[in-house]
Amino acid sequence: MRALLLRDLRLAIRSGGGFGLGLAFFLILAVLVPLGVGADGRILGRIAPGILWVGALLACLLSLDRMFALDQEDGSLDLLATSPIPLEGVVAVKAAAHWLVTGLPLTLLAPGLGVLLNLAPPAYGWLVLSLLIGTPTLSMVGAFGASLTVGIKRGGLLLSLLVLPLYMPTLIFGAEVVRRGAEGMALATPLALLAAISLGAAALLPFAAAAALRVNLR
Amino acid sequence: MSLWEYANPKRFIETSGRVLPWAVGLTAVCLAVGLVWGFFFTPDDYKQGSTVKIIYIHVPAAMMAINTWIMMLVTSLIWIVRRHHVSVLAAKAAAPIGLAFTLVALATGALWGQPMWGTWWAWDPRLTSFLILALFYLGYITLWSAVENPDTAADLTSILCLVGSVFALLSRYAVNLWNQGLHQEASLSLDKEENVSDVFWQPLVICIIGFVLLFVTLVLVRTQTEIRARRLQALLARERVA
Repeated sequence: MRALLLRDLRLAIRSGGGFGLGLAFFLILAVLVPLGVGADGRILGRIAPGILWVGALLACLLSLDRMFALDQEDGSLDLLATSPIPLEGVVAVKAAAHWLVTGLPLTLLAPGLGVLLNLAPPAYGWLVLSLLIGTPTLSMVGAFGASLTVGIKRGGLLLSLLVLPLYMPTLIFGAEVVRRGAEGMALATPLALLAAISLGAAALLPFAAAAALRVNLR
Repeated sequence: MSLWEYANPKRFIETSGRVLPWAVGLTAVCLAVGLVWGFFFTPDDYKQGSTVKIIYIHVPAAMMAINTWIMMLVTSLIWIVRRHHVSVLAAKAAAPIGLAFTLVALATGALWGQPMWGTWWAWDPRLTSFLILALFYLGYITLWSAVENPDTAADLTSILCLVGSVFALLSRYAVNLWNQGLHQEASLSLDKEENVSDVFWQPLVICIIGFVLLFVTLVLVRTQTEIRARRLQALLARERVA
């Protein structure tokens, strides 16, 4: 499993595209929003938590369709399915690799973009913490969506239609944590719920995703 | 004699064919009685005026929008566990109906909200979760049409339906935390002493029964169509081989 993780990480970094693309998209989004909304610092500060979370979510979405599609094209997915590792484990490792090359860098980049969007000072810690807890869910749910659409040609658009509704609870709780952090309110409830969704998704979704993969490989 | 005998497509078509005329008739009677009674023979509300009468479409449509998803969840589970084709075809047949009910509930709600709340749309938890439900229906229907192999499509959409149900439920309660509600409480519930006033209540119940029957009728017709389409494809495939 470690070999698989390292292989996926190497592929993601060396092949280019997927790795930096999400980060660049995130940056461009944070530049576009003030251009569209206006440079008023108060308005930007108010919408910054939501914009940063939506941006991270969309940036995550960009690289999802290649998670299984590339492996299916060159046949290595069949090899993985017949390998001694259970398919559930393969899915979990793939999602972890995806998180390491998208979710984690996005989390680290987010405070910098928070400065651009005039995010309130107390919210930075909560922004990083909520993204750190929430982005693994985005990768895991994404892995589920990718395994549903792996057999479909040009499934990228369908993938976003399937995955985005599943992102909603994470987005709501994540942005709520940052918003409350910015206003100095109590935020234990959304934070706990965000963590609960992450843990639940990490525990159960590999089984659903592996079931979908088996159907597609039949 | 067990329930599973109706999972045989032939038995299903025979039985549903016998039930259908009754279902159509009863639907027409219930909807005609309920809607005419509701629209023309109930007084105007003292605050809402005649706009209150949209309740006879709005509430049943909203109820059926949720119940349709639950029905799809049950039939998808049956497909996964027992592999009865009729079951998953019924889920496929029900999805566009559920989407239509959801959109009707949203549209009638907007029509009512404009004069009463002063806005077509508010980001109220109930309204928002219905919009999310519509997106889930869309995703389900799109996945069905995107996968070519019918058995693969059935499996994938069933898995999506199960996972989607969990996330739809999560979203339903997540939006409660996210924004304050503008929408009133449930109009009818069994465990409350006071409900909507009796004059509105009786035609409303008839309308709800009418909508349930309408749903049953449409699902039966559409499932029959799906089964026949499946047979047609099998025949065509056989001809091509011969």
